[in-house]
Amino acid sequence: MAKLPNEPSSEVTPEAHYLRRREFIKNALLFTGTTAAVGGGLLWVMSGGHSDPPEPPSAPQGNLGAAPPPAKPEASDGSLARGPYSTDEPLTPYKEVTGYNNFYEFGLDKSDPAQNAGSLHSRPWTVSIEGEVNKPQIVDIDTLLGWFPAEERIYRMRCVEAWSMVIPWLGFPLASLVKKVEPTSRAKYVAFTTLLDPKQMPGQRSRVLDWPYVEGLRIDEATHPLAILAIGLYGKPLPNQNGAPLRLVVPWKYGFKGIKSIVKIRFVEEQPPTTWNIAAPNEYGFYANVNPEVDHPRWSQATERRIGELRRRKTLPFNGYGELVASLYTGIDLRKNF
Amino acid sequence: MAKPKLFSGPVPFLKPAVFLGSLFPVVALAIRAARGQLGANPIATGLNQLGLIALVFLIASLACTPIKIISGWTWPIRIRRMLGLFAFFYACLHLATYTGIDQGFDWRAILADVTKRKFIFVGFSAFVLLIPLATTSTNAMVRRIGFARWKLLHRLVYVSAILGVIHFIWRVKKDVTEPVTYGVVLGVLFAVRILDALARARRAQPRVARAR
Repeated sequence: MAKLPNEPSSEVTPEAHYLRRREFIKNALLFTGTTAAVGGGLLWVMSGGHSDPPEPPSAPQGNLGAAPPPAKPEASDGSLARGPYSTDEPLTPYKEVTGYNNFYEFGLDKSDPAQNAGSLHSRPWTVSIEGEVNKPQIVDIDTLLGWFPAEERIYRMRCVEAWSMVIPWLGFPLASLVKKVEPTSRAKYVAFTTLLDPKQMPGQRSRVLDWPYVEGLRIDEATHPLAILAIGLYGKPLPNQNGAPLRLVVPWKYGFKGIKSIVKIRFVEEQPPTTWNIAAPNEYGFYANVNPEVDHPRWSQATERRIGELRRRKTLPFNGYGELVASLYTGIDLRKNF
Repeated sequence: MAKPKLFSGPVPFLKPAVFLGSLFPVVALAIRAARGQLGANPIATGLNQLGLIALVFLIASLACTPIKIISGWTWPIRIRRMLGLFAFFYACLHLATYTGIDQGFDWRAILADVTKRKFIFVGFSAFVLLIPLATTSTNAMVRRIGFARWKLLHRLVYVSAILGVIHFIWRVKKDVTEPVTYGVVLGVLFAVRILDALARARRAQPRVARAR
């Protein structure tokens, strides 16, 4: 072993310096560690107590992995028959429409559906049409889609949480389906049911809502030309997180009426139960018509934030579709029947 | 009895480190906002996160004494005031975001919200209660008011924290797991203090008896 040269005494660190330097390094390390612990802890709390997935995948997940693309062309550029009633307001970007929504079957955060809906298989899929109809049947989704030509409907969507979007849906009038299955005179309401399968819909393992999700419309609401069953958006098949393969869109009502991933449509005589009404009857009614005059018990419905806009805008009665639908509700107290 | 040694003695790094770490949330929010990474509804996200952080700081400041009671460590007491002031800081940012950005200084709508909506009323009350606490947080103010009265005044922080948790519970649409968790933490912190006060009262009693 090489012998170390003797250091000249001038280069030996005096002990006091040495101790001070040690103290300094120790404090610097403790400073860094404490800062990281405090700051990191706070950032962890902000991420909701789980490590933060930086951004939801930009390509919508479950973009019909198993499903064949529909025989419909790309649209939203005027190439597709733009159905009546479409608004010409600027569209909410695809990324927001498919990355920010409520679908509690896949989690409670609005980014959860886009993250988690990959586990849903929208094919094979059947829809059971039953109850007070002359032609009850269990129909394969692709057969059902073949029955009616799809058209584009650009609708405003107003969430009960006071945010809104403009969405180019692809779908067909619910009235067409109702007519085809020939409801009997006793069919006063239409009840819809979402798939119940906690394996495909992990959110159903939590008991935050009574599963499966159920919704309903009066028969005259269901046959109103504004009400559609959507099978796509932005000219593409419906992404799983938006309710593939088939969902309801009733643009004059709050978004939660638009039941997703429908497996059953039942025609009934009595008003059917609806999920959010069961969960909180004083906050969510059967009708759930957009109404700036009737506040949610905990927040105002007078204004809304259009996704992508800074300023709030005024909420319109029936979400701006009053001229078309107000006559459905003449003689009804919309404050009581909220 | 040997006291636990964590951060005993001089801890020159402690306050600067806690101060710097406490700024992480506002810096992170600012960066994400500038880069457009706050999601589709950035205002709602920012508003919720600022409110959450304010509540976390409030609970952290209330945890200092219970931690000292249980562990014997004194360092939590040294950062208690700073944590309380950061709670106020984030509550101010939360309120400013609501008034300025969310409501666009629409004072009529804000007044209607505060008076008509119990969840906003409760949150606003929690904030108002923090104002006297923040303004009397200096050593000079403690001397001026007198320690006993100052201590009594600062008991308001319990009320503010409880109102903060209620504000949170009433805000969520359905799943109250997260706000209730904060409520449980708050309950545990209160329990530690109450048990400690009872124990001290019991220890004090024999001495009174002897004095007689």
